Amino acid sequence: MVDVSELQTVEHDILVIGAGGAGLRAAVECAQSGKNTAVICKSLLGKAHTVMAEGGMAAALGNVDARDNWKVHFRDTMRGSKFLSTWRMAELHAKNAPERVNELEEWGAVFDRTQDGLINQRNFGGHRYPRLAHVGDRTGLEMIRTLQDYGVHQGMEVYMECKALDLLLDADGRIAGVLCLWRDSGRFLLVKTRAVILATGGGGRCWRVTSNSWEYTGDGYDLAYQAGAELMDMEFTQFHPTGMVWPPSVRGTLVTEGVRGEGGILLNNKNERFMFNYIPDRFKSETADTIEEAEKWLQGVDGARRPPELLTRDVVARAILAEVKAGRGSPQGGAFLDIANRRDADFIKRKLPSMYHQFRELAEVDITREAMQVGPTLHYFMGGIRVDSDSQQTRVPGLFACGECSAGMHGANRLGGNSLSDLLVFGHLAGQGAVTYTNEDSGAPPAIDDEQVVRCIRFATDILNREEGTNPYLLHDKIQDIMGEHVGIVRTGEDLSRGVDLLEKLQEDVQQVKAHGASQFNAGWHEALDLRPMMLTSESVARAALLREESRGAHTRLDFEGEQENWGQVNIVIRKGDEGMEVEKINRPEPPEALASIAFASIEDLESGKVNS
Amino acid sequence: MTMRTFRIWRGDATGGEFKTYKQETGEGMVVLDVIHRIQAEQANDMAVRWNCKAGKCGSCSMEINGKPKLACMTRMNLYHPDETITCQPVKTFPIQKDLASDVSWNYEQNKKIQPFTPKPRDPDGKYRMSQADVDRVQEFRKCIECFLCQDVCHVLRDHERHDAFVGPRFLIRLASLDMHPLDTADRIPKIKEEYGSGFCNITRCCTEVCPEHIGITDNGIIPLKERVVDRFYDPIMMLKRKLFGGC
Repeated sequence: MVDVSELQTVEHDILVIGAGGAGLRAAVECAQSGKNTAVICKSLLGKAHTVMAEGGMAAALGNVDARDNWKVHFRDTMRGSKFLSTWRMAELHAKNAPERVNELEEWGAVFDRTQDGLINQRNFGGHRYPRLAHVGDRTGLEMIRTLQDYGVHQGMEVYMECKALDLLLDADGRIAGVLCLWRDSGRFLLVKTRAVILATGGGGRCWRVTSNSWEYTGDGYDLAYQAGAELMDMEFTQFHPTGMVWPPSVRGTLVTEGVRGEGGILLNNKNERFMFNYIPDRFKSETADTIEEAEKWLQGVDGARRPPELLTRDVVARAILAEVKAGRGSPQGGAFLDIANRRDADFIKRKLPSMYHQFRELAEVDITREAMQVGPTLHYFMGGIRVDSDSQQTRVPGLFACGECSAGMHGANRLGGNSLSDLLVFGHLAGQGAVTYTNEDSGAPPAIDDEQVVRCIRFATDILNREEGTNPYLLHDKIQDIMGEHVGIVRTGEDLSRGVDLLEKLQEDVQQVKAHGASQFNAGWHEALDLRPMMLTSESVARAALLREESRGAHTRLDFEGEQENWGQVNIVIRKGDEGMEVEKINRPEPPEALASIAFASIEDLESGKVNS
Repeated sequence: MTMRTFRIWRGDATGGEFKTYKQETGEGMVVLDVIHRIQAEQANDMAVRWNCKAGKCGSCSMEINGKPKLACMTRMNLYHPDETITCQPVKTFPIQKDLASDVSWNYEQNKKIQPFTPKPRDPDGKYRMSQADVDRVQEFRKCIECFLCQDVCHVLRDHERHDAFVGPRFLIRLASLDMHPLDTADRIPKIKEEYGSGFCNITRCCTEVCPEHIGITDNGIIPLKERVVDRFYDPIMMLKRKLFGGC
């Protein structure tokens, strides 16, 4: 029997779970406000998936094109989201992003410069103007290292290689603590805290072809759901159009959209720029319809419209898939992405050094001489934990969420570059939200329920102690089989129903998973502990996708083509009910008039000042 | 598919041994792929760090056939098909378990470094720096903290002067601060005394193993050493200090 009083116990005002861009930005905010703050992360500090972000962070600084401002950024975001972003979040994001980028520079980030010495900005899909502050193609590394180096001097504790197993609530349902597991020693850690900020990223590991690392098993969704918070928009999973397709062992590894931003084009095996055939009506007036015009845009000719390779990710991913299905794919089943014939070798090596390195080392392809082969890869969750736009608080008192694990900012499709800025903007706001909450809730600390702690520990240790059971790696494989086959990039009701059934059946095996060996740094045990969140994540995506009977953004239903107006009025919300998962449509609030007039305006009207807001 | 032989160090701080595994491998695989297969099929509880699997996070550092490398960027076709591949944890830091070493010492060094101290912004609220002035700083900031340079540095590996020398990783971090156009702090005295720049005798082992190809020694450490020399050992400056004081 476990004696809770003998567990290693620490106390903090605020615990941040996850040390990517959002988690670290939130933790900095809390620590600077004088709160006793700690961060826990599953890996070593500085290794979170933010490090893989390549292209840049979107902020309407207007350094490269002075016509840019928050309204144009906001309009691009809403249109990219197929009008499903939470209006207030898209507004807050567009307004606050420039300040957050400048602040990061003040903390030591060294962005690429313009001729005038300002932060340089590059073009990206769905952004009307060059908007992405960047450092070559390693912007995420710059962000995480800056936050890490700055953060460790702000007086926060960092618990590395530590996994949050369960959120602990007091009798009133408020956050009281978190039960964690030290991955190296295999010992448990009890964190008593008034507030928790989830910044756990997405759940890409539910699919086999993904750009995500091992950490992205949907931990935050599971923690929040079990504690009574709601999930939203889970059907919108972004397949990035350009992942590596060869060799098999790196299938899915990201190829930055920056390749296209710097002039790269997509070709099929007939050497056709096929994206001209896939321009959606909504973007026709702002997209080049001839190669000549697209070339003029690249040369910076005024008035030339953007090339179709820079359409939003959902559009490009579906186009590549359609070309492959029609027999026009590359030898390894993707499309060709060509920068070699577009830019000289020095330019490519300077602007896309990681891509050059990655293809040379992993695929033995020199991207300055030949085209890359690319195909869609599961990259990002638009959906996640439902939060209040301004405070990032969930409906559980003391529980906050920010970054990829939260929902609302990106609607049905995220624009490239809006993620890194999202991390900073909402990490900052979540930090403020948690600080305010702990200021207001300053009475006696919420009491930990010892029985809950014992239950959680038993759940974890049973995996090691049971006599026999299924291999956790095999179960992970099965989840990936189900999700790849039934909850993929294009979906049907029949497939999704089958996926839900298969997941339900798999649940029995998951509950009997067995990890062999001792508790110290046991990778099999950790894999087994990640199964519960992966199952919850997979089920939420499948059920939400089954309910949404239309195609919008990243969610494509072959049996319900096109956007349906009535579905544009609702978000799908998921919560834990007495009899399992509840999936419900909720009406979206009417947008404030000022915001609606910006989002729905033509670009000419917006820029000529005809729109009053 | 071909069958390959791996010898992997299994054990913890109290001891261990190399264990031999036979594993089927496929086209285009890297060493980390094979280790993952072994983990999934033969050794579920084997500890190995990894994250991005694309050479961007610096987690999967280990010694492969005696060479410090990132396992995710080491292709199997580098080795002869009959060659046995031996993997062990980085040696300079205490072993935790299997292929994972305790690298926490590095995080302690980072905390000791005086943070970035920027000058005020321009009146319009912006900072201006020319690209030429930040090129070198950006080179150092490519560092992915794989700690392979720390692993091969003989001051740490052989002489175990963890008490007096922060190692090449943190000397280039110091160089990136020292050369940052906006930074105003003077770290030269500490670079000499506390961070131990004098311990480096420029064997360039660190530069050789850097997976990011950062010119650690030539572009980072040597300029720092020169600045230390200029400050503390220039005879004219020494005289000036004697006469007029100051450092």
